[in-house]
Amino acid sequence: MHITQGQFSFLPPLTDDEIRAQVDYAISKGWAVAIEWTDDPHPRNVYWNMWGTPMFEIKDGAAALFELQACRKACPNTYIKVNAFDNTRGVESTVMSFIVNQPVMEPGFGLIRQEAAGRTIRYTTRPYATERPGGYSND
Amino acid sequence: MSNLTDGRITDIKERYKGGVLKYKQMGYWRPDYEPKDTDFICVFRITPQEGVDPEEAAAAVAGESSTATWTVVWTDMLTAYEDYQGKAYRLDAVPGTGVGTDKEAQYFAYIAYDIILFEEGSIANVTASLIGNVFSFKPLKAARLEDIRIPVAYVKTFKGPPTGIIVERERLDKYGRPLLGATMKPKLGLSGKNYGRVVYEGLTGGLDFTKDDENINSQPFMHWRDRFLFCMEAVNRAQANSGEIKGHYLNITAATMEDMYERAEFAKELGSNIIMVDLIIGWTAIQSISNWARKNDMILHMHRAGHGTYTRQKNHGVSFRVMAKWLRLAGVDHLHAGTAVGKLEGDPMTVQGYYNVCRDGVTRQDLARGIFFDQDWADLRKVMPVASGGIHAGQIHQLLHLFGDDVVMQFGGGTIGHPGGIQAGATANRVGIEAMVKARNEGRDILNEGPDILRQAAKWCKPLEQALETWKDVSFNYTSTDTPDFVTTPTASS
Repeated sequence: MHITQGQFSFLPPLTDDEIRAQVDYAISKGWAVAIEWTDDPHPRNVYWNMWGTPMFEIKDGAAALFELQACRKACPNTYIKVNAFDNTRGVESTVMSFIVNQPVMEPGFGLIRQEAAGRTIRYTTRPYATERPGGYSND
Repeated sequence: MSNLTDGRITDIKERYKGGVLKYKQMGYWRPDYEPKDTDFICVFRITPQEGVDPEEAAAAVAGESSTATWTVVWTDMLTAYEDYQGKAYRLDAVPGTGVGTDKEAQYFAYIAYDIILFEEGSIANVTASLIGNVFSFKPLKAARLEDIRIPVAYVKTFKGPPTGIIVERERLDKYGRPLLGATMKPKLGLSGKNYGRVVYEGLTGGLDFTKDDENINSQPFMHWRDRFLFCMEAVNRAQANSGEIKGHYLNITAATMEDMYERAEFAKELGSNIIMVDLIIGWTAIQSISNWARKNDMILHMHRAGHGTYTRQKNHGVSFRVMAKWLRLAGVDHLHAGTAVGKLEGDPMTVQGYYNVCRDGVTRQDLARGIFFDQDWADLRKVMPVASGGIHAGQIHQLLHLFGDDVVMQFGGGTIGHPGGIQAGATANRVGIEAMVKARNEGRDILNEGPDILRQAAKWCKPLEQALETWKDVSFNYTSTDTPDFVTTPTASS
């Protein structure tokens, strides 16, 4: 399977040049650029690990690409995304987010159903990717 | 009798001697009046009956929407009556009407109302005055509330959207692109299980949201609990398939508030992130359910079913920009605001005006978009506009160009009618949107290059290719009935 979080998840994987173009767009808008990574693709996993702090007032997309390469090297085979943040009053939130790295193998999610009163079902989404906690090695 | 130049009678004995006076004489025409920052300002488009002085007609609107009755009442003198009087202070002939044209004379009448006239936080109260008796008033052939400036002091008496665009995106983890939805079809007749199948296929194919239609409530073919149960199975299953948050607007519109609360509670119990109501439930019910949504972390989708009875006729009723302002105050998170390119009424600039009202921090006067006044929203949360009704993948570049990222694009027939199936229809639209956003961010001119951008994406995305082929000739190029009338050199807004 292939998780479809992020704004370009239905397109072919972005090349570094394409990533650079998106980062340049964010910079042209005055937005901060941030890189985050995780091994837990649960759709409600809000807090991915930050790769450093967001890059405020960067002038050149190359700096973001440099950090991305470093993150890829340090955290291979994980999910990595690029975010842009707009601090304008009334927004003050993420305004772009797209995945730029995915594990080779994405095991998907199980849906656990707890049968409750009446025909009610309580649902829990469980990512198979987190079945083995972080302390395990990948081999 | 002392007469001022504006026709007011200021001599108290004359003013209150009993009988019938002209509205102007009673003080509702005040061309010298300077509206205060705390005043409401309304601009009405009025069509006086033949032989009625337009200033008198404007004064009558001011009177009938505030304190006046048809005759003089001495009990006015027990009050600070001048404060309570609506004050017509400006009258402009509507361009393209009256002498020398084929249309009867119309006027924009500007009326100011003191803030004391309105109960805090009550759209019901505002509408009872501003669009109450006055719309049935005989000396006018027609009247339309075109726009309204709401004083900031009054805006702050409302809580506004329970969620708003920013928090909705944070909850859904979806940024930087329009959201994608579809209304389930056929509207009527599917069983709960079959209905849930359509939801499942659409969401799995790539939609963010699916939607009940406005008249899906609890009919014999599908009771509301069945609909909720099957739809939530579909939502959760599609979420697990994609690793992405999904939602279905569960329509809780019902006969009574008690029924609506019961349905809302069940939606919450099942884990739905969004509920839906129709405009026809009325202002009081909207504010009540908005409070409920705020308490229960629920996104509130508003389908504007019935708005055409207010908004469609250019000479009579209430403009949708006014409805949108009231709905932002009343507190909805999603609002159908038109497509400009689809099957339903809407001139592109006018529709952009509605979107701005939903999404701006401060809306500036913009006569070309039908916006008569600056409006400070006092940091009230923003409403996500919804473009729905007869749109398809081949129009994505136009929609993105017109409306930007903060919109839900809803392709109903354009998803479910796809020759490759519902999943294919959803995928086609999602790919189209993402490809267009990416191209725009890369600096391409999407309005002109849009068809080519879509064709390029269709080379690797078969469903998009089929969609473009199926609907290539479909457009709805009818003349809009509602367009702004303005002269190109705007004057001050107040």
